[in-house]
Amino acid sequence: MAGTATTNVVQAAYIVSAVLFVLSLAGLSKHEKAKEGNAFGVTGMVIALLATIWLAVSQASNGIVTLLLILVAMAIGGSIGLWRARVVEMTQMPELVAMLHSFVGLAAVLVGFNSHITAGDASDTVHSVEVFLGVFIGAVTFTGSIVAFLKLSARIKSSPLMLPARHWLNLLAVIVSVVLLVVYVQTHALWALLAMTVIALAFGWHLVASIGGGDMPVVVSMLNSYSGWAAAAAGFMLGNDLLIVTGALVGSSGAILSYIMCKAMNRSFISVIAGGFGQEVSLGDDKDYGEHRETNAEDVAELLKDAKSVVITPGYGMAVAQAQYPVADLTKKLRDRGVDVRFGIHPVAGRLPGHMNVLLAEAKVPYDIVEEMDEINDDFPDTDVVLVIGANDTVNPAASEEPTSPIAGMPVLEVWKAKDVVVFKRSMATGYAGVQNPLFFKDNSQMLFGDAKERVEDIIKAL
Amino acid sequence: MRIGVPAESKPGETRVAATPKTVEQLRALGYEVAIEQGAGAQSAFSDEAYAAADASVVDGPEAWRSDIVLKVNPPSDDEIALLQPGTTIACLISPAINPGLVERLTGAGVTALAMDAVPRISRAQSLDVLSSMANIGGYRAVIEAANEYGATFGGQVTAAGKVAPANVLVVGAGVAGLAAIGTAGSLGSVVRAFDARPEVAEQVESMGAQFLRIEGLEDEGPSATGYAKEMGEDFNRRAAELYAEQTKVADIVITTALIPGKPAPRLITEEMVAAMKPGSVVVDMAAANGGNVAGSLPDERVVTPNGVIILGYTDLPGRLPTQASQLYSTNLVNLMKLLTPGKDGRLVLDLEDPVVRGMTVCRDGETLWPPPAVSVSAAPAPAAGGAGTTAEPAGAGAAEKPEKPEKKPRDPRVKYVAMAVAALLFAFVAANSPAVFLGHFTVFALAVIVGFYVISNVAHALHTPLMSETNAISGIILVGAILQVGSDSTVVQVVAFVGIVIASINIFGGFAVTGRMLQMFRKD
Repeated sequence: MAGTATTNVVQAAYIVSAVLFVLSLAGLSKHEKAKEGNAFGVTGMVIALLATIWLAVSQASNGIVTLLLILVAMAIGGSIGLWRARVVEMTQMPELVAMLHSFVGLAAVLVGFNSHITAGDASDTVHSVEVFLGVFIGAVTFTGSIVAFLKLSARIKSSPLMLPARHWLNLLAVIVSVVLLVVYVQTHALWALLAMTVIALAFGWHLVASIGGGDMPVVVSMLNSYSGWAAAAAGFMLGNDLLIVTGALVGSSGAILSYIMCKAMNRSFISVIAGGFGQEVSLGDDKDYGEHRETNAEDVAELLKDAKSVVITPGYGMAVAQAQYPVADLTKKLRDRGVDVRFGIHPVAGRLPGHMNVLLAEAKVPYDIVEEMDEINDDFPDTDVVLVIGANDTVNPAASEEPTSPIAGMPVLEVWKAKDVVVFKRSMATGYAGVQNPLFFKDNSQMLFGDAKERVEDIIKAL
Repeated sequence: MRIGVPAESKPGETRVAATPKTVEQLRALGYEVAIEQGAGAQSAFSDEAYAAADASVVDGPEAWRSDIVLKVNPPSDDEIALLQPGTTIACLISPAINPGLVERLTGAGVTALAMDAVPRISRAQSLDVLSSMANIGGYRAVIEAANEYGATFGGQVTAAGKVAPANVLVVGAGVAGLAAIGTAGSLGSVVRAFDARPEVAEQVESMGAQFLRIEGLEDEGPSATGYAKEMGEDFNRRAAELYAEQTKVADIVITTALIPGKPAPRLITEEMVAAMKPGSVVVDMAAANGGNVAGSLPDERVVTPNGVIILGYTDLPGRLPTQASQLYSTNLVNLMKLLTPGKDGRLVLDLEDPVVRGMTVCRDGETLWPPPAVSVSAAPAPAAGGAGTTAEPAGAGAAEKPEKPEKKPRDPRVKYVAMAVAALLFAFVAANSPAVFLGHFTVFALAVIVGFYVISNVAHALHTPLMSETNAISGIILVGAILQVGSDSTVVQVVAFVGIVIASINIFGGFAVTGRMLQMFRKD
């Protein structure tokens, strides 16, 4: 058995890694320090793992076998992880993140079951509750993330699943789980734990299935939060402070991101989780906004040539069309001509918090010309041309002008205040919220129809 | 169908109704284009340039024999004779003051579209030649004034003494007036402007000029046609006082006041001109319609006995022929776009369209002038739920807009009670739990708070790397699995092994992809 010295050293290592994790997240708040932050994270992880492996080996009855098992398992997992990380397209980041969440969830379930088996009937009430909660959160995270992954990778339809009485189903799942918790605490019966796991898996599946594609930034950050809580729960059942600290960090991080996203859509967290946009709001009033004006790539090129300042507001459509490279190329061309080009990013543009920033960074757009909504909104009246590429609801003036609109009150990029607005769009279809966009019919707006990538390339040619 | 563009026959006219660039656009709409030899010479467009744009260069009569004729000035009687019945002609007509011309065009059996009768609605702005010509006219008016004025427009302090900026007064803040304000302002002068429509004050101020107001007058409301209308007695008297006061100090006066279908209002009287400083310049942009200024003569430069120069040029846009032709012909292209919905070179005259109806003076021997009125008030629609001053007809506004009940601000006491209940509940749970748990819980609570403050500062752009980073570190759950893999139970070992594999994917994948993303972010 390991001596007190060993435990103390391991404990010290855990404290050091916990501090490093905090520093790592703190580093990520600024571009200049972000790489350093990642390095801190890696260091913390290495320290924690080395200490844990040492502890595990010294505690195990057969040290060599244990060490081998650990190393083999880590080698398998590590190589899969590194391979995925290397080949993933930046447009697929949301899927990758969702998939990684599901792994944390699954691992939490596995650790929970192991903890149940190891503790056996000796488990006290608090420990039983911890195991039960850990497995529950882990299972919800697992299936929820899988659905999110499937939706984001377009393997299943991203429209919300609308079961009748879906709110009641959710409530029922929670109530049954609570009953099972009581049973489990009293009897330590494996069946209760298993039954709850099945219910939690179904619950997680249904929870995310009923949320539509445009709310994915909230869902992904919510699952991020859950995966943290799952890790924290595992920490409680194992009595491991490092897990608790890390889980709590990740959990609150995800919660704050969800909150930021919800605020950016002017919706409450509950309404996003309850699923569906505009189901309760009638969209019946087909208001006549007049006619839109169509333009072509050559005219847009002319417009850009004469402009002094240009703002580009990308949306999910840019990611779909893979237009970030030509957009970056266009940006460079215009900047070389002395045009002031900047990007305005709405917090919920894309399918992942900060998705657009990553895409633009990938295409080598310098981050200091990529601005947040709050930074750029006041500058639109002085802007000559705004290019709206694949964004719709995030530039919809109805949000501020029509109090009855389903998206009323949502902060949006006020592009219509610029002198000219060019909207890149496939057709006149509505955006995710299903709301018509009066922007398209404004006098200073012109529509450029077609594939965003091809159109941007046409403009570059015309320049 | 073929579009013919004859050369302008009016003496002094420098413009042309198509440029090589617009020829291309007309070709894209499916039309053939025939242009008369030398039509663009005065606007610096050579026949070769037209030919290069795929127009056929023809002689005069041939150009007139086209299906559609585009022109700047109305056709003379000789030219009307060249037109074949059924031809469509688009040009300036001024049908309201040229009834004889309308009659002759009707008699010729042609379809005539008046480019100067475009209804003032947003959709039609792209074909409104009055706006496009007034715009460059206003610019040119300032340039002409600067040419005559004996001092600089901008003020400066030099080694040779201080130069005061010119005082410019612009009367009438329509398109021409606003263009003049902008031009005069950018030359550095101090600009004041007046307009009978108080609603344009904002536009004037946005151009950097001071808007002169007549105090104590009731708001008469915006005119329904978007143009100025004749004003009441009291207003005119007070406006005259204002002009008298302002012209005395002005170095440059530019008047642009026009009322459609009526002679231009006489705003600046002889006494006012007589009171102006010697060397000051007046540009009367309304000289063609009778003039805003006493003593102005169309197309003449007049010097008054007290040394004030009054310019009555009526061809101000034509003094910038290249630009004027380009704008005018682009207006025509926009008209052709509207008339060619199929982009197939076939003209469709849709008289249901208020824009087309408004412009159509005659068709197939039938006079269609004047068109039914189109009201296009430029005033903003009354705000929804305004303070009872809605201008909508009764019943239209009342039916809709279900009032949303205002959310009551929550009683803060509810929050405190909830917090107290939560604290009591926690105390109860804590009293019944082992000390170890409480220790862990302390760590947990503090970590949540630390996490909250650390993450709150994260830059929006870094949210995705943040997520993958937290993903990687939440793989720390690996620690749990590692500690379990040494167990004596095979089941536990297998499950833990799977757990290690999965959590490792997270750790390695998460850190690697974060690193990859951070590499991409770069500064310029």
